[in-house]
Parts: sequence; structure tokens; C-alpha cells
Amino acid sequence: MDTSTLFAFLALLMAGAFMLGRGRSLAQASNAGGVRALNSLPSYYGMLTLLWCGIPSLAVLGAWIIFDDLIIHQLLIQSLPQEIRNLDPTELSLRINTIENMAASGMGANAEPYIQNAIVTLERLQKTSGYALTGVALLVAVMTGLWGWTRIQPQLKARNQVENAFKIILLSCSCLAILTTVGIVLSVLFESIRFFSMIPITDFVFGSEWSPQMAIRADQVGGSGAFGAIPLFVGTMLISLIAMIVAVPAGLMAAIYLSEYASTRVRSLVKPALEILAGIPTVVYGFFAALTVAPMIRDTGGIIGLSVSSESALAAGLVMGIMIIPFVSSLSDDVINAVPQSLRDGSLGLGSTQSETIRQVVIPAALPGIVGGILLAVSRAIGETMIVVMAASLAANLTANPLEPVTTVTVQIVTLLVGDQEFDSPKTLAAFALGLMLFIVTLGLNFLALHVVKKYREQYD
Amino acid sequence: MEATASVDNAAQAEENKLKTMKEEVIAQPSVDDIQGTVGTPFVENAKMSMRNVNVYYAEKQAIFNVGLDIGKNEVVAMIGPSGCGKSTFLRCMNRMNDTIDICKVEGSLTLEGQDIYDPKLDVVPLRARVGMVFQKPNPFPKSIYDNVAYGPRIHGLTNRKAELDEIVETSLRKASLWDEVKDRLHAPGTGLSGGQQQRLCIARTIAVSPEVILMDEPCSALDPIATAKIEELIAELSENFTIAIVTHSMQQAARVSNRTAYFHLGKLIEVNDTEKVFTNPEHELTEAYITGRFG
Repeated sequence: MDTSTLFAFLALLMAGAFMLGRGRSLAQASNAGGVRALNSLPSYYGMLTLLWCGIPSLAVLGAWIIFDDLIIHQLLIQSLPQEIRNLDPTELSLRINTIENMAASGMGANAEPYIQNAIVTLERLQKTSGYALTGVALLVAVMTGLWGWTRIQPQLKARNQVENAFKIILLSCSCLAILTTVGIVLSVLFESIRFFSMIPITDFVFGSEWSPQMAIRADQVGGSGAFGAIPLFVGTMLISLIAMIVAVPAGLMAAIYLSEYASTRVRSLVKPALEILAGIPTVVYGFFAALTVAPMIRDTGGIIGLSVSSESALAAGLVMGIMIIPFVSSLSDDVINAVPQSLRDGSLGLGSTQSETIRQVVIPAALPGIVGGILLAVSRAIGETMIVVMAASLAANLTANPLEPVTTVTVQIVTLLVGDQEFDSPKTLAAFALGLMLFIVTLGLNFLALHVVKKYREQYD
Repeated sequence: MEATASVDNAAQAEENKLKTMKEEVIAQPSVDDIQGTVGTPFVENAKMSMRNVNVYYAEKQAIFNVGLDIGKNEVVAMIGPSGCGKSTFLRCMNRMNDTIDICKVEGSLTLEGQDIYDPKLDVVPLRARVGMVFQKPNPFPKSIYDNVAYGPRIHGLTNRKAELDEIVETSLRKASLWDEVKDRLHAPGTGLSGGQQQRLCIARTIAVSPEVILMDEPCSALDPIATAKIEELIAELSENFTIAIVTHSMQQAARVSNRTAYFHLGKLIEVNDTEKVFTNPEHELTEAYITGRFG
């Protein structure tokens, strides 16, 4: 039986368990003097039986699916002839792979005899595992379901137990996100450690030259590579700074206009329009930057006698800033709206004008939230990839001049990992180290932002 | 059979009860019968005069043809059941209703003979002359000092630090808060207790030296001790300021005011000396309200 049929069977069993559990509680209730004699409503007894039937069986199923492959793998190795088993581990795993691929595609007819034997063994093992899984899962479901069913008594606190079970189910779902994050961090961390074992961490963090070219052959021209991350981070900061110079004033003032001045009609038109800006895919912004804004800046620069690169930091930064405007404005709009009307009334009642009220009372009151929003926007700008891949340069110039081409961390990660790569050269592993650094920076910024927002939140209320 | 009969009886009893209640309601004079305001709404030395004031929220009329004077250095209390329009009326007196888009005010409202709804009039100096204290203490998220100095600063009353210090101190003293906060003038105003916050808001209002102070249920969010302090303060303030106060507490109105105005469903029913209103009201609606028959 394949897994989906098994799931369907389990679902049927669980539904049955619900009915049986509910029925038994009702039967017991009629003996004990009506439904009110029960500790909980009958459906809670049904739900409890359902959980008893379903959860252990699903747990067995999950564990089986995880460990199934490992065990079959081991058994398969045991069945191979001695001389194959004695091969070194890499070679052996290659052979096992071949066997598994051939078994999956059914093309083992012309293979060596030991492979044909192995394919037969593998298929037999997989079949047995499937049958055993079905049997065990259904057996566990019936057994635990029955056990739960026999426990039903009027005194059983089914409601509390069901509530607890739901709490645990919800908790495990939220753990999923955390575990994924931990998994990502660890995978990046281990590769970074491998990188730092080849390139000293100080060279990476403090080095001011970036040219990740490794010689493939010993006699090849092309240097030994330099992995100083400073030019990348300076480039990232430069582009993010330009983006924030565009996004913060524009976004903030748009938010102030929308929340303080705009009439309902204007607001209902402008707000969705701003949100459309947030809905444009970043890749579209990317070619807008590369094909429209960058040449425009270059030509304008040419007219006033400046030599501007066509991949200037300015172009990427400007477009990135425009992309972030709705982000800043919608976050600021929320915090400005959260400032109580009573504060505005207090200020207006003292005879201050609307702009005085906004400058002296509303903005200071909303400032923590606005700063938090801006920091979140900064970490978005730093992590933004597509616009800079298309509009920024690949050359790692260490410069603060926005008219020169710079590159960013994300651009370099993309370039290092695009195409076929060998995963034991520092050139490829550098991408993980960059990713780790970027992660640390944005995590720190987000942390700071949340802290700022939280610390000053109760200022008014 | 028995069960049905008892249900019928219960229904009958319920119906009778409803009927008596209806009769009681009908027995009260309907608001539409009221012709004008009884008592003495107008005085000789009026600081503010309101005549034929009608206020609309979009289509709905909230105030009907109200006329009232607030005399110089007088405390006028406005009482009445919730939703009777007393706060709306108070907010008309310094044009705070301008902040509500759908609100429309008609009639004549004057401050010392000057029409405050004159389109040419600037509301900024008006609100400096007619200050307002709100229901919920609303100190700005600034220090105690900056809260009080806020008004003088925006009106440019002084540029000198020493003068500003003096204004802050006198205002806090007048609001009887100085002794409690003099050692922590630079602590945030939001860190004070509810009663202290409300006195801070009063200090903030008097720091711009207004002529009239409007108070919109200034004690409704406070405990009895803080309320007593504010009431004491109102009595002291009436020496220098003209005060109009909206309150839900009839005892408060009786304690602090010279005259009391009773509002009912947007109409001004009766205005009389406070003592008369609470001992010998002229209008039966006023009597019904102060004796607690509704409200």
C-alpha cells in the first residue's frame, strides 16, 4: 500500500475513533444520568479518542519514513559481495547510488550480475518495508485508539486533555520555523568554518582586496585569490545608504501626509497606489535600474561634465530606495496612526498649528516605531539582491564615490554560486562566509529594531 | 397544561411591566415640547456669549438652538445624561470641533464680542485665549518641564531661559503640582500618577495664560483624592480665569460651579445658580435628572 492510501486509511480510522469515542461517552452518560454527568462535552471524548488513534500512528509513520532509507541502505550493503564492501567509502557510496538509480529507472537488465542481485534485494527490501509500515501504522492506530476508547469514563477530563494536545500541536508548528532557521544557520556556519580553515578569518574580515580567483592548476596564471570582504561591505553600505536617503524622507513624509492631512478619498486612492509599488517584482526594478535609470544618470553626468559609470552605485541605490518607500511609509503610517488622538487634541487645544503638532508631538511620540521601521528597511536594503545583481557592478572597488561602480555582498554570493562549482575550493566556500556575515549584520539590525520599538512602546498610553 | 399556564402568566406579567414602563416614559415631558431654556442663561458681564448654536455631525443634529453666556471669572458647570451634547458644545467654544471633518457649527459664538467662527479669524491665538483640559490626562511624551513649556514656546512668549523657568514654575504652582515635581522637572510627564498628569495638563494649559479654560470631564479618569485636589484647584483658578466645565458628577458641579446648565438630547433645558438647580430646579426634566430618575 502506498503512503497516500495509508493516510486515507488512517483518516478513516480516526473518524471512526471519533464516532466510537463520542458514542461511548454518550452511552456512559445515559447510565450516569444524562450528558451533564460527563466532565466534558461528548465531542471532546470523541476528539480525545481520535487523537489517541491518530498521533502515535502518525509519529510511527514519520519516524519510519525518516529511518527507512538508512536501514535499507545498511541491509543492502550487507548483501553485497565481500570485495565490493571492502571498497573505500566514497567508491562504495557511488556504487550504492548506481544500484538505487538503476532500481528506480528499471534499467538494470545489462548490468553486472552483482548489481542485478543487489537490485532484486533492494526491491525486496523496499516492498517488505512498505508492507511492514502499513501493518505497523494501522496496528498502532487501532491499538492506541482502542486503549483511548476504554479509558473513557464520565470523570475523564477529556476537555483539558484535548486543549493540552492542541497546545502541543500548535507549539510544534511554531518550532518548525525556528528549527528551519537553526538548520539554515548551521549549514551556512559549517561551510563557513571550512572556508575559514583555508583563509584566515582576519584576512576575510579586515582584508581590503576582493578577487576570488583560485588557480585550478598549479601552473595556471591567475593568482591565488584575495578574500577581503571590506570592499563588498562598503559597497553594500554605500548602496543601502543611498537607498535610505531616498526612501526615508519620501516614505516618512508620504506617511505623515496620508495619516494627518489626506482626506478619506485621497487616502483611499494613494495608499493602494503605494502598495502597488511594493508589489512590483524586484527583478522588474532591476532592469528599470539597469536600462533606464543608470543610462539616464550617466548621460546627465556627461552633460555637467562628470564621468559616471553606467553601473554606478547611485543608480542601484536610487531604484532600491524607490522600492523601499512603501515599506517605510506603511510602517510609519501604522505607528503615526497609533499615536492617540488625545495627544493631538492636547497640542491643538494649546493653540499650536497642525504642522507644529506633527513636528513637536506626533513625530516624537511615534519616533521609536519609526526608527524601528527604518532599521527593518535598512536590513531589507542590505539583503536585497536582484536590483544590485542587475544594476550594480561586479568590480570590487573600495570607494565612497556614488558615481563609481561598486559591488555588494549579495551580488558576489550570486556570482560565486552561479554555474557548476566545486565545493571544496575557497572561491565557492567564500559565498557561505559572506552569507554568514550578512546574516549576522541583518540579524543584529532586526534585533536592534525590535528592541528600540519595544523599549519605547509604552511611552504614550 | 400547568406548564403552559405558568408560561402564559409570566408573559402577561412581562407585558404589564413593559406597559407601566412605557407609561412612565410617556409621563415625562417630551423634549420637543420644550420652548427655549428656562432660568438665566444670559448674564451681564459675559466673557463668552453663544446664541442660537446648532451643531451637526453630517446629517445628524447634535445641538439644537442653544444660547448661553459664560460670565467673567465665573465657573459654569454643564451637566446632563451621556450623549446630550454638552462636550460637543464645549468643544465648539475653542473650535476644537474643526478637527472633525463632518462637524458643522451654526450660530453666533463670541469671545468678548469677537465672532470666533469668523472665517478670517486665526484659530491659533483663539485657542491660546481659550484653553482646554481633556477628559483623559494627555501629557506629551516629553519631560514635565517641556510639557509646561510647550505652549509658551510655540507662542513665542519668551526666548529667555530664566523667564521660561519662571513661567513653568508659576504654572506648576498654580496647578498645585510644583511641590510634588520640583525635584524631577526633567523626568517624563507620562511617569506621573493619573491625578498628577491631569494637574500637569492644567499647568500646561494655564502656562499660555488663557482667559477661558474649558474642562471636559477633567476628573472622570481620576480617583476621589485626585478629584478633590482638582476641584480645589478649580476654585482657586476661578479667581483669575473664566471656567466652563463639563461633568458627569452632580456633586462636583454643586461643589465647584457658580451656575449650572442642564443639557438634554442636544437642548439646553435650564440654566440657574448652582444652588437653585440642585435645591429647587425650575424644569421637571432637570429635577428628574438630579433626583436620579434617569441619566
